[in-house]
Amino acid sequence: MTFSKKLCGVMGAVGLSLLAAAPALAAPIKAPDAAAMAGMVNKGDVAWMLVSAALVLMMSVPGLALFYGGLVRTKNMLSVLMQVFMIVSVAGLVWCCWGYSIAFTSGGDNHFFGGLSKAFLMGVDGTTYGATFSNNVYLPEFVFVVFQMTFAMITPALIVGAFAERVKFSSLIVFVVLWLTFIYFPMAHMVWYWAGPDFLVDTPSDAGLLWSWGALDFAGGTVVHINAGIAGLVGALMIGKRVGFPKEPMPPHSLTMTMIGASLLWVGWFGFNAGSNLEANAVTGVAFINTMVATCAAAVSWSLVEQVHHGKASLLGAVTGAVAGLVAITPAAGYAAPMTSIVLGFVVSPICYIFVAFVKGKVGYDDSLDVFGVHCIGGIVGAIGTGIVAAPSLGGQGVFDYTVFPAAFHPEAYSIPAQVWIQVKAVVFTLLFSGIGSAILYFIIDKTMGLRPSQEAEMEGLDLSSHGERAYNY
Amino acid sequence: MKLVMAIIKPFKLDDVREALSSLGIAGMTVSEVKGFGRQKGQTEIYRGAEYSTNMVPKIKVEVVCDDDLAPRVIEAVQAAANSGAIGDGKIFVLDVEQAVRIRTGETGETAL
Repeated sequence: MTFSKKLCGVMGAVGLSLLAAAPALAAPIKAPDAAAMAGMVNKGDVAWMLVSAALVLMMSVPGLALFYGGLVRTKNMLSVLMQVFMIVSVAGLVWCCWGYSIAFTSGGDNHFFGGLSKAFLMGVDGTTYGATFSNNVYLPEFVFVVFQMTFAMITPALIVGAFAERVKFSSLIVFVVLWLTFIYFPMAHMVWYWAGPDFLVDTPSDAGLLWSWGALDFAGGTVVHINAGIAGLVGALMIGKRVGFPKEPMPPHSLTMTMIGASLLWVGWFGFNAGSNLEANAVTGVAFINTMVATCAAAVSWSLVEQVHHGKASLLGAVTGAVAGLVAITPAAGYAAPMTSIVLGFVVSPICYIFVAFVKGKVGYDDSLDVFGVHCIGGIVGAIGTGIVAAPSLGGQGVFDYTVFPAAFHPEAYSIPAQVWIQVKAVVFTLLFSGIGSAILYFIIDKTMGLRPSQEAEMEGLDLSSHGERAYNY
Repeated sequence: MKLVMAIIKPFKLDDVREALSSLGIAGMTVSEVKGFGRQKGQTEIYRGAEYSTNMVPKIKVEVVCDDDLAPRVIEAVQAAANSGAIGDGKIFVLDVEQAVRIRTGETGETAL
């Protein structure tokens, strides 16, 4: 695999411009050793990345937990909160044990997953460093480990919405461990692993598969949202519909909780998207404002669709639109411009609305909380849209050429059709890899442990039957 | 003694209570109830999925009074709860055999 033009955004620009603005500084050092890296750490970057990691945790607990919890019936409230809480906790352990190593160490000639050299965080300590997107800018490795950990926590938690109210708790936790190991860590490796801007020039094939295709995914459109969304759909199909679906009404039990959860997601998402720049610089600001305005546009857009279609704009619609906007801007956050982000936000809501309000009913799958309709579809719109909005001709940030040292920027070389084609390939790859891989894992667990509680347990509600408690005692 | 049981629209409760107080009614029992009659239920829409609810929320007011007062109580409730629209509710009147004040053991109309 060769790198003709392997690129990853304008992040390098700031590092470079800083160097250019300070000619007194020595020329950038290629392949610095750990001692040199220690002098290339910026306290502002470190502070921002630690805050970002905490913000992404807040997206899962309590954000996502409340967003989902409010949408289920009273008798299943705690089951959803508990599933999200426990998935987050288990994922943190798995991440330290082997997740980080599989995702972020070199796989050598294998571009699908990394090795086990850093399993149990072996060799990672206070004197090791992780690369950013700028030449000669480093993060303490633990900061990078914990930031990426929060992504491994939220992604499997997203899936549970698709089969909420009807899954066996113990089986779900085993599924999550397997899914992280065989689907998520390899996906993260394929999309996000690369040798880094100071090393790639010497080892041009040392990167994950999709990264080497040139696929752009700033904060996890493919790795997080399409990945979780398709795994959710496959799960909803294999577990089957809830008892009584679709005849029995299953309205949300507390849209107040859902609004609180969605709002926490929005706030936390700044850590997710702007944090994904790995530095605190101008591109971080670009990702931040894009995340803000795409969400505004998608919330307005969903409400307009409902106003026209039903004559009433609902709160649930507005917050669902906001989440769709956040999903869509995720892969594009650091590449787009604010006004193109707004266009992306306006476009994503009607598309997700069609899937949630029409396609689901027509096809007849029971994606309880619309994980597929919002996260997978929104993720696909965002991933493909990224190929368009990243174009410098549209005010986008373009992409950097890391095959030379220091990284170079050729805005005129950006081709929208070529990039969109790469994005489409990345989307199709993710759908197939995660869809088929998840199906195999569900199948194995269904045949061994069983995926579904008994019908009686489901009718009684998972709070009592799985956890022995009630959400509301009054 | 009569039990006057009125099913009314929730937002009419204050009017009914004031009307009954002015007649000298010293106590009543109020419950939140659901039911249906001629009034159509509402439609709720969540992400495009429509649920029509047949049961409409109402308030049930129960008042026990002596026989002489009953016609005026019925009249007062009917006037106060009337909005002229479908769904204003119903009034039912039942005979009451006995009443007991638990604290003192008084019975009959003196217990009211």
